[in-house]
Amino acid sequence: MSRIAGSSTEVAIRDFRRRYVPFLSTTVAILLSLFPIVMASPLIPNLGFLVLITWRLLRPEIWPAQAALAFGLFADLVSGQPLGQAMLLWTLAFLILDYIDSRLGFRDYWMDWLIAAALLLFHGFGMWYIALLMGSDTAFTIMIPQIGLSILAYPVAARLILGLDRWRLGRASR
Amino acid sequence: MAPPGKRRPGFSRRAQYGFFLGYVLAIGGVIVAVLLLAIAVIDPRGFAAVKGAALDVTAPVGGIGRSVVRFIGGVGDGIGNYFRAGSQNDRLRRELAETRRELTQRQAQDFENRRLRALLGLAQSVTDEVAVARITGSTFDSPRRLATLSAGSGSGVRIGQPVRSPDGLIGRVLETGRWASRVLLITDGASSVPVRLPRDGTPAIAVGRGDGTIELRTLEVGQNPFRVGDVLVSSGIGGIFPPDVPVARVSAIRGDTAIARPVADPARIDFAIVERAYQPAANAPLDQAAPPVAGPPVAGPPPAPAPRPGLQNNPRYQPGLQQQQPGMVVPQRPVQPQAQPPRATPR
Repeated sequence: MSRIAGSSTEVAIRDFRRRYVPFLSTTVAILLSLFPIVMASPLIPNLGFLVLITWRLLRPEIWPAQAALAFGLFADLVSGQPLGQAMLLWTLAFLILDYIDSRLGFRDYWMDWLIAAALLLFHGFGMWYIALLMGSDTAFTIMIPQIGLSILAYPVAARLILGLDRWRLGRASR
Repeated sequence: MAPPGKRRPGFSRRAQYGFFLGYVLAIGGVIVAVLLLAIAVIDPRGFAAVKGAALDVTAPVGGIGRSVVRFIGGVGDGIGNYFRAGSQNDRLRRELAETRRELTQRQAQDFENRRLRALLGLAQSVTDEVAVARITGSTFDSPRRLATLSAGSGSGVRIGQPVRSPDGLIGRVLETGRWASRVLLITDGASSVPVRLPRDGTPAIAVGRGDGTIELRTLEVGQNPFRVGDVLVSSGIGGIFPPDVPVARVSAIRGDTAIARPVADPARIDFAIVERAYQPAANAPLDQAAPPVAGPPVAGPPPAPAPRPGLQNNPRYQPGLQQQQPGMVVPQRPVQPQAQPPRATPR
């Protein structure tokens, strides 16, 4: 296939891919919380949040802070958490990232990981605290395995999102 | 690198306003989210319609993949069993012999139990099952322990009803959609089940810890009535959970409390039974409850007995002292025998 779009249909397809791949991949990650496994303790990373902040760290320009609000509402409805939990935590995470970007001239991969780790810790603590407010009297230590795994999963997510981003912006439709 | 002094997206007024509006939206959204959470804390049943509808839409996704996941999970168990076959066989043999002895005892007790029940004229309790449904999934990325069930209000499932499996108690219904419902598992931190130790009837509360275990709290201080391996059953106090359903098995002792694991592991169960609340009144809203027995309003303490006439004129009169006080020397009046004239019995 040629590197130059041959028809207007092809242009439309590539434009769609360029525009909607971040949105669709994040939506799919949020929907993965419906995956039919029954677990005794929180262990698996919150995939929706992980993919969302990975996109945001890689491409700061594609989403404004209020996009996280809509994603959060969707995640709340899908996962059965109290309405407003992901809306609050995800939007706050985006505002924090906007602030960091305004202070920081540049970021490299290691700093991205550090920032993602801090955000994942914030997110885990927020979920735990909201559960506590809702009457679930648990120790914070039950969240530590999940937060640790999420931090370790960030490099994998970053590779995956980077691959998706290259495919999205690539000119050749392989 | 020094931060830029002003963050402007260029000279376009439209871009600048859009930039500002974005932050207004984001911060407004945060405030709305906080309000939504506050409503959820104050009234956990608010937004029930919205959440029920979302549950209905998302439930089929979970239902389809469940058997595949169970198969994959089962493969790991199968390999493990193969390697442990020898020691497992030995252990199972010993357990079987022990269980046989217990079974004989149980049968004798069962017979006696039936005889005593017949003597007392007690009817066997009838369990009312509302629906049998599939467990289609659970939360795995949050501190809450909620499972999804493939039956909703269309099958008669209502909020608050207990959910069990043939093995033991699973939890109770938290939200219902039309075709699906969400169950608060007994391992969730917000769940507490009144239980008792069948051995001696010690009451306890089983509170979830959020990591798959349950903490057992007794009312007794200083001594721990639990032993590792004890199975606790629900006591029926509170009126939601039916009595005598196995809840948890003690796995560790910690000071005054004990750590237990649920008898019914939702990860290994396909079907769950939704039952009616043991005493439906326990789950009804407070304003629908029957009013208390009507009686005359209580205005004060009961009136004192009327004093003997003439006593009020005494300046030292105290009505409270008219009753007999402890340690009071009561002057004994000699009882005069009534002189009764001997009656002549007519003959």
